[in-house]
Amino acid sequence: MRSPPPLRAGKQLGALGNASPPDIIEFQGTTKRFPGVLALDRVDLAIRRGEVHVLVGQNGAGKSTLVKLLCGLFAPDQGRILLEGEPYAPRSTLAAIRAGIRVVFQEFNLLPYLTVAENIFFQRLPRRAGLVDFGRLFRDAEAMLDQVGLEISPRARVETLGVAQMQLLEIAKALSTQSKVLILDEPTATLTPPEIHRLFEIIARLKARGVTIVYISHRLQEVFDVGDRITVLRNGRRVETLSAGDASIPRIVKLMVGKEMGEEYPFQPGIQVGAEILRVEDLRPRGRQHAVSFALHRGELLGVAGLVGSGRTEAMRALFGADARESGRIYRNGQEVPIRRPRDAVQRGICLLTEDRKAQGLILAMPCYANVTITNLGRVSRAGLLDGGAERTATQELVDELHIQTPSVEQLVGNLSGGNQQKTVIAKWLFRRSEVLIFDEPTRGIDVGARFEIYQLLWRLAAAGKGILIVSSDLPELMGICHRILVFSNGRITGDLPRDQFSQERILACAYHEYVQGRPRAGSSGAPAPG
Amino acid sequence: MRAKRILYLLLREAGIGLALVLLALVFAAAAPRFASVANVTNILTQISINTVIAVGMTFVILLGGIDLSVGSVLALATIVGGLIITSETLSPGVAILLSVAGSTLVGSLCGLFNGVVCERWKIHSFIVTLGMLNIARGAALQISNSRTIFSFPDSFNEVGAATIFGVPIIFLMALGIVLAGRFILNRTVFGRLIYAIGNNEEAVRLSGHAPSLYKVAAFTLCGGMVGLAAIMYMMRLNIASPILGVGFELNAIAAVVIGGTSMSGGKGSMMGTLLGASIMGVLSNGLLLLGMGDFARQMVTGLIIVVAVIIDKYRAQALMRSSFQLEPVRPGEGKGDRGSP
Repeated sequence: MRSPPPLRAGKQLGALGNASPPDIIEFQGTTKRFPGVLALDRVDLAIRRGEVHVLVGQNGAGKSTLVKLLCGLFAPDQGRILLEGEPYAPRSTLAAIRAGIRVVFQEFNLLPYLTVAENIFFQRLPRRAGLVDFGRLFRDAEAMLDQVGLEISPRARVETLGVAQMQLLEIAKALSTQSKVLILDEPTATLTPPEIHRLFEIIARLKARGVTIVYISHRLQEVFDVGDRITVLRNGRRVETLSAGDASIPRIVKLMVGKEMGEEYPFQPGIQVGAEILRVEDLRPRGRQHAVSFALHRGELLGVAGLVGSGRTEAMRALFGADARESGRIYRNGQEVPIRRPRDAVQRGICLLTEDRKAQGLILAMPCYANVTITNLGRVSRAGLLDGGAERTATQELVDELHIQTPSVEQLVGNLSGGNQQKTVIAKWLFRRSEVLIFDEPTRGIDVGARFEIYQLLWRLAAAGKGILIVSSDLPELMGICHRILVFSNGRITGDLPRDQFSQERILACAYHEYVQGRPRAGSSGAPAPG
Repeated sequence: MRAKRILYLLLREAGIGLALVLLALVFAAAAPRFASVANVTNILTQISINTVIAVGMTFVILLGGIDLSVGSVLALATIVGGLIITSETLSPGVAILLSVAGSTLVGSLCGLFNGVVCERWKIHSFIVTLGMLNIARGAALQISNSRTIFSFPDSFNEVGAATIFGVPIIFLMALGIVLAGRFILNRTVFGRLIYAIGNNEEAVRLSGHAPSLYKVAAFTLCGGMVGLAAIMYMMRLNIASPILGVGFELNAIAAVVIGGTSMSGGKGSMMGTLLGASIMGVLSNGLLLLGMGDFARQMVTGLIIVVAVIIDKYRAQALMRSSFQLEPVRPGEGKGDRGSP
């Protein structure tokens, strides 16, 4: 790790500035180089006190590097950063937090076996006579949870929470220190619309308190809902900073990719939906009250909508055999098939592309080819002996077909960008020649360009006669690419909408259907209460 | 690409190989007898048993597990092998063959038990094999009435002392087992899945495999290796005894870890394990020649284990950094040029 630039200029500047400058953070010609890659290239960027500043850009554009400079994980190679007019060179994340800069990362940094309250106040637990004052701890935590509108017990263990709750908990944790600058990295990736709405209210409240917010998101619509100013980054350079009033989605996209994007969702009505390829009857995942039934056809893109916690993912996992189920029959091409384990499903041509690519989809420390061939090692081996040449050739074909950007098939998958990792997951199931593909949040955390490619890929797969299920929290995405959408609500399917009946209002009405009658039952945590 | 691979392999293996060479040079300079043919033969003989056990242990540790029972299982396997080989009803040739089979079988069965219990009830292998450590030792003492078995066939005993051009046959056996282990790890479906499971078991399960099967197989394989090691040990010592192998599990684990295999699984190599076992052997022998007493040698050996792991940690970080350069592949630079203008 390089040492941060010296603090020489600090005192002089500090003596000058009694009146606080309008810019709370200023990057001056900041450059950060990694071996072989210029991650940030002479970036000048000013963030004003009390504004919500949105950073957008494709993966690898330099957003994360900027954030990591701010929170003390890296030091710039050239240029410098000013915090309230004074040179700012944190040596650790703790130093950054002390300086009042706090980041909520996309990946959670929670301690799963400790309570919610302990997680919030982990760095400074209230003490009495050297022991933790649990009474005060839980009271304080309760107040923090109220602030983010999270209705969970501060005594709950974090491992029992849903993803959306963890996200809000991370924010609560960040709010617990008096932060001047709060950096939110993709905070809405796992949230449902009402939760996002609540988050935006929280942001507005923080802003009113004078907290500066740096907001990073791939969902461009949010940029206008929440942002004051927008900075577009591309290939490590700042392309432009605009005020939200001057920006539009096409304009931002154009700045991000450096060219016109064309239509965002490539729906191709020409593709014919064929015979039934998969039918699910009376499928009840373990721990769920209700069962679901539905059918999927060849060439069909079937969307699965619903709030987080509505049982979408659970149903898909139970169907694939990843988790146990209470009941349910599964038919492939009209024939009932016994599926108890993922192996059974894979052998019947069904595959699941999980929400969490890094933890469940890929082996990050292994090369690209090993990740692809693992679904069908029999294809590249004889009598248990691997044929390394065949593995690499087969993988190279898929890499070319899917336009996976990697220097070679030997590259460790962990070194690929998010979009290319997702394509690698798709490649591994194409290698298996799977017929039914279940995608859980296929474009989560993926930049616009790669997203577009994945949509086109889905269409190519459908045109080739495969059946595709897509679970997504992004309604415009589902409406853009699917033939039909199933809407889950509190464990039931409350809507089965053909394309001509698609509308956000309709889908949301179905999604909330089961929550309107009364509060959701236990086990469906994460779903919002009515009203 | 090939040159790059070789460079990578050098970086990965050389650190530990270099340490071995340096260590040998230092001892050769300090203790004149160290570099003699007789002494090198001696070292090779001494490391053979530990190497074979460590090969089995490598499979288990690559899966993120551990096998503490190898020392006791070795004792039990020598007793079973020893009883068969000294049976008076069998001709020496048949007795030797059956002894090898029996010893390997006993080792494998102990490993199978370890694996099945770990996977069926999802108990950490540390505890299960700790149980087996006692079970096997007790069984060995029980079966043998805590007596030593000896007077094996001469042809059997001679193999343990025989050399070819100064290289002990027993070491050649160990080398063969290392190469076989390396082949299994690098070239077979089984080996690929061992690495994959060690890295991310859930991803392997969701890819349509049954990780438990491979884990049980790895424990069984480890037990089988211990059975073979038991035969080699009997060749060397010309006895079978229920008190053999005490503490062998620690030497084997040390060899695997010094060889660069990660205790959390997924990363490591057979050649590393061989080098790890060699370093331990050279160290022990060299210090003895320098006149260091048993107690001091034990302290130094322990220290070296810790230092080796610390060094390995830094090496891993350096490797991470060098591979990091490939991280964000920019549009236009990779395959399929659909980059920004």
